[in-house]
Amino acid sequence: MARYAREVAVVAFAQSDHLRRTDELSEVEMVMPVLHQVLAATGLKAGEIGFTCSGSSDYLAGRAFSFTMTLDGVGAWPPISESHVEMDGAWALYEAWVKIQTGEADTALVYSYGKSSPGSVRDVLTRQLDPYYVAPLWPDAVALAALQAQALIDAGETDESALAAVGARSRADAEGNPHAQLRGPVPQGDYQVRPLRTGDCPPVGDGVAAVVLAAGDLARQLCERPAWITGIDHRIEAHSLGLRDLTDSPSTRLAAEHAGVFEAPVDTAELHAPFSSQEVVLRKALGLADDVTVNPSGGALAAHPMMAAGLIRIGEAAARIHRGASRRAVAHATSGPCLQQNLVAVLEGDAR
Amino acid sequence: MSKEPVAIVGIGQTKHVAARHDVSIAGLVREAAARALADAELTWADIDAVVIGKAPDFFEGVMMPELYLADALGAVGKPMLRVHTAGSVGGSTALVASNLVAARVHRTVLTLAFEKQSESNAMWGLSLPVPFQQPLLAGAGGFFAPHVRAYMRRTGAPDTVGSLVAYKDRRNALKNPYAHLHEHDITLEKVQASPMLWDPIRYSETCPSSDGACAMVLTDRAGAARSPKPAAWVHGGAMRSEPTLFAGKDFVSPQAGKDCAADVYHQAGITDPRREIDAVEMYVPFSWYEPMWLENLGFAAEGEGWKLTEAGVTELDGDLPVNPSGGVLSTNPIGASGMIRFAEAALQVRGQAGEHQVPGARRALGHAYGGGAQFFAMWLVGAEEPTS
Repeated sequence: MARYAREVAVVAFAQSDHLRRTDELSEVEMVMPVLHQVLAATGLKAGEIGFTCSGSSDYLAGRAFSFTMTLDGVGAWPPISESHVEMDGAWALYEAWVKIQTGEADTALVYSYGKSSPGSVRDVLTRQLDPYYVAPLWPDAVALAALQAQALIDAGETDESALAAVGARSRADAEGNPHAQLRGPVPQGDYQVRPLRTGDCPPVGDGVAAVVLAAGDLARQLCERPAWITGIDHRIEAHSLGLRDLTDSPSTRLAAEHAGVFEAPVDTAELHAPFSSQEVVLRKALGLADDVTVNPSGGALAAHPMMAAGLIRIGEAAARIHRGASRRAVAHATSGPCLQQNLVAVLEGDAR
Repeated sequence: MSKEPVAIVGIGQTKHVAARHDVSIAGLVREAAARALADAELTWADIDAVVIGKAPDFFEGVMMPELYLADALGAVGKPMLRVHTAGSVGGSTALVASNLVAARVHRTVLTLAFEKQSESNAMWGLSLPVPFQQPLLAGAGGFFAPHVRAYMRRTGAPDTVGSLVAYKDRRNALKNPYAHLHEHDITLEKVQASPMLWDPIRYSETCPSSDGACAMVLTDRAGAARSPKPAAWVHGGAMRSEPTLFAGKDFVSPQAGKDCAADVYHQAGITDPRREIDAVEMYVPFSWYEPMWLENLGFAAEGEGWKLTEAGVTELDGDLPVNPSGGVLSTNPIGASGMIRFAEAALQVRGQAGEHQVPGARRALGHAYGGGAQFFAMWLVGAEEPTS
């Protein structure tokens, strides 16, 4: 008996080119081409999709109800069954997957997007923190990640040269990813906040991702090699950094257990690690063997559109299965400071 | 495939007020969640997942507050989802939670929605200037007033109907200990004499701005069997969305609302909502939306909704009570308002609505809408376990 009532697969994935700025584009203009592309890959029209779910953040858009405008890009007429999470699109995919599990939908369109370029995303993310005691101090996202990186170094789990190697490997791998923002031999750069250098931190940029899910035989009809979601789970940890061991990610490990990651080896891991040091934490939590291909897309160090970067990890893992380059992959998404909340999905191709 | 039946076994609300200076945001949500758990006679350890909703983050100034609220809601080590579908979010949040149980992904789920509007200023939160986009026309009332006027012109409804709704809902609120506005000296004349804000909407025909939270515990059939109090059962639930602005959109009676209601009735086996539904908790932030939604939801023919209101059908002792709790007109913590509708519908069929109980209510509708009347979320709950 399968873990869940229905077999559900990622049958299509599309993403924009991720760019440092997109001043000339509204969010609707950014989203629309990617939606058209992902739907075209399946031959489905927006009106034929059973459920639509998106992820985004008003704080990046700088206005309330920002997603209401983006919905216009979907072409929701006649009216559609639709929802939105104020989270990374990976969680929108989770909501859509649950919807398909209820039997109320057989297909789902999932999309997410973010424009970080209009503001200072380091400062914007500070508004995620405890609003009474922490946020007023404005500790920014890079400073918090640096705290985690230093904790890892102090614990002997990594060092600065190992972190630099993560960044270099990511951008070298991104050479093969035409959508990536940073590609090739980009220097590690100066310290942003010690011990993190520019190359240890994600680029600031704008981008969109979209995925189509389908159930059972329909997935087989829509895609030659569907990427079956054989397990998916997400867990959150305490918010206060003082309550957590920053060198570990128990929520990732727990989500991985529930998603079945440890039941068989994986050959690919797409990890949402915006900072090089976080890859160290995630590799340990997921127990990845040395021969696992990690972030062949270049990962979040090569392109990090906020709110879409997690969904991209699922999409990239699925795309490798679609291409026949992976048999069993793990995809991971994160939210919050220092890996507070983590989602883990196992994607598998049909046995061949 | 069969879905797991979903039962509501715990409901908790805060006393809604203009400003809860005595608690933090975390304190506010924990209060509602703790009450829902107490109602279900369960503990934090019994909860498998948490689904939280609220309207825009700018209303409190906290980006993605589920991160900060994880501890307060006992979510550490558990899955936590944050839903945001504008004003309909409280309803959508409950539906997402319900789907987790229906899909047998989790057995017992805590769902909660809140708004602590006193932390900031909702008007400013909605009015952040964005280049080349239309501003929201001085708050929600400015956006919706022309649509109310269109309804009046289209149906020939006399301009007294709106005040009847406000008078009824404010009187109903006096029977609900959690309602924000308790206007003990309310009279129809006072409503009618209140200042005109956005013609034809008067001050007393608008919702207040509240701090508040609402929580529910949803569980499967086995969980319901252990429940010490009667459960409410989900007989149908749906969401529908349509674009904000486009040629051909009917702002008076949006197609998405009609489709959403039709889907819910179909799931619940309802063919004549006017006869088969015993109570309605309807999202009415401006009084005229009661007759408008009566038509949109299929309780009255097009152009006839105001006649039900005028005839007293929607009064607490009428034959289709609408908003026995006092509704959004009496209590509006925006992100929670939809969930309060869903929860009040469940209270009715559990027979737990206290002084505002509709006698013998067996089936009740919870309704929410949001955005530019473009997002709809509804559920129909019953006193008995659904048969299909």
